[in-house]
Amino acid sequence: MSAADAPARQPAPTGGPGDERLVHRSLARRLMSRPELGSVVGAIAVFLFFSLIAEPFLRPASLSTVLYASSTIGIMAVPVALLMIGGEFDLSAGVMVVSSALVSSMFSYQMTANTWVGVGVSLLVTLAIGAFNGVLLTRTKLPSFVITLGTFFMLTGLNLGFTKLISGTVSTKSIADMEGFDSARALFASHLTIGGVDIQITIVWWLALVAVATWVLLRTRAGNWIFAVGGNADAARAVGVPVTRTKIGLYMGVAFCAWISGQHLLFSFDAIQSGDGVGNEFLYIIAAAVGGCLMTGGFGSAIGAAVGALIFGMASKGIVYAQWNPDWYKFFLGVMLLLATLLNAWVRKRAEDKS
Amino acid sequence: MARVGRRGRVVGAVLAAVLGVSLAGCSSTGGKRAEERAAQAAGGKAAVHTPRWTFAMVTHSGDGDTFWDIVQNGAQQAAVKDNINFVYAHDKEAQRQSQLVQSYIDQKVDGLIVSLAKPDAMKDVVRKAEKAGIPVITVNSGAAESKAFGALTHIGQDETVAGEAVGEELTKRGKKKALCVLHEQGNVGHEQRCDGAAKTFKGELQKLYVDGTNMPDVQASIESKLQADPAIDAVVTLGAPFAPTAVQAKEQAGSKAEIDTFDLNAQVANGLKDGSLGFAVDQQPYLQGYQAVDLLWLYKYNSDVLGGGKPVLTGPQVITKKDAAALQEYTKRGTR
Repeated sequence: MSAADAPARQPAPTGGPGDERLVHRSLARRLMSRPELGSVVGAIAVFLFFSLIAEPFLRPASLSTVLYASSTIGIMAVPVALLMIGGEFDLSAGVMVVSSALVSSMFSYQMTANTWVGVGVSLLVTLAIGAFNGVLLTRTKLPSFVITLGTFFMLTGLNLGFTKLISGTVSTKSIADMEGFDSARALFASHLTIGGVDIQITIVWWLALVAVATWVLLRTRAGNWIFAVGGNADAARAVGVPVTRTKIGLYMGVAFCAWISGQHLLFSFDAIQSGDGVGNEFLYIIAAAVGGCLMTGGFGSAIGAAVGALIFGMASKGIVYAQWNPDWYKFFLGVMLLLATLLNAWVRKRAEDKS
Repeated sequence: MARVGRRGRVVGAVLAAVLGVSLAGCSSTGGKRAEERAAQAAGGKAAVHTPRWTFAMVTHSGDGDTFWDIVQNGAQQAAVKDNINFVYAHDKEAQRQSQLVQSYIDQKVDGLIVSLAKPDAMKDVVRKAEKAGIPVITVNSGAAESKAFGALTHIGQDETVAGEAVGEELTKRGKKKALCVLHEQGNVGHEQRCDGAAKTFKGELQKLYVDGTNMPDVQASIESKLQADPAIDAVVTLGAPFAPTAVQAKEQAGSKAEIDTFDLNAQVANGLKDGSLGFAVDQQPYLQGYQAVDLLWLYKYNSDVLGGGKPVLTGPQVITKKDAAALQEYTKRGTR
């Protein structure tokens, strides 16, 4: 994974050339100050824990299942992490995924169009929702919490209202027999067999998104803008950072990933329940927060969010592999997440003390 | 200015492209056109000349619940036939559900249909309706409480009886170890279904809780359970939308388990037909809505009461491959 080499890709700060100790220390410090360090330790702890306690956990097929569960959260945790680094929240992200799936399913069905047409229309609509969030936020200067809560309710209502109005029922009709379904499924919901293990394609999407987001954050001007905007928007504006454009872009990034997740939902499960997705926005925020993104903005990483999603995936499925009493499932999950996050915070604090 | 113009042109071009593609990119299979070609359920006019009474239905359904949608369809079609003005409201929170019932009592409706998923919260308001002279019929859940609260009749499925039917069917099919997948933690009806199945099933039955509003998570959870315990040879989901997901989970996990389910929808009918599902236990939600409206009408018109104080059961009906073909078109139109 790109987790290991990402810190090295960061531009080396100027240490005295020839002074070996200085270079060495700054490298260690750079490693220690990476936001995902704590979460990586947390992830290793959770992994070791379930490897010891649940015998089927270490099987390749099981790990592939865990990765699939992580990837469906992780695909959304990446843009949500970027948004959080930029100092904003998006409460509409969970429902937006379902909206995106509903739009492409219903457009294809009602127009009797090739499913790819629905997929394209859905991309435009979803990006428009993201832009709506971003523009409204930057124009009104209201907290993102309020704006996206409004969008959350509106989308929840629209999902149900439109589906009922157009389909006559609360779930969409099957589009599995329509043209273009199979090729779209190949892109969004297929699985590859690597070394006898089934790998869901969402895992590939996930890793690709993490790589792109990490590159943007660490290597491009836009990445600097995101950190600056989340740190102090006014100061950023004063030095010429396009705050408005950056924030709108971040919301559209969330929308784009919601589109990918939505298409996966549609082509994997064929018929979409219009009431789904509520509450998932918190999973994305949790993954980003567990992965070291500060709730106040200005600090965090895409890799951290990916590790956060991985911790969530491992904990939630590891409990099933361990065959614990299901009545206590949510309790165990909460304990796991809390412990992983505490370990995360502890490691980071020690890292900061040392450096 | 020039910039705005250029942007406008780009947007225009994109829209034109989308429209162009949608005209050219038609699908020759499936879609709405296929649906229109198929026969539609009969609409129709009132069959009686009684006054236009108003009946209200208040359920504990969440937003966008497939099951309650079918109940509502049944009620609406009976309302058309009986010349009834039918109004519907729902809220999954018991407190808000009882407030909705209260608001219909305030409006002095002519009849009430209520589901009693959380009976204690509904007790007072159902009694109030009775005192206000509004006949109440309870549907779906609350068979035990219905009469004590003063309702005329209860129409629904006894969840324990339905679970028992599943247990018997599993035993009949020679299953040894079954998994009961609950998609709502804390739903009493769900627990009763699994417990009922455990009671009559000769093998071992385990429970698995999943997050019903998150399909990929449902799939991954079932997958991991099947991987953890390869001895499981039957998976029972408690709602129709979860059955196809369980089928995918089984394929991913490389398990041989048979997938069975409570309730019915178009996907389940297809699954039964092509053999990917073993059987479905239907409680005929259409009947729950249809009968409730019809019985209220009968009561207003003729003082009829059905059931003699005992609940009127709408299920369980065990549906297998041989029934599936006949039911497919009814599931498509949303009445089964």
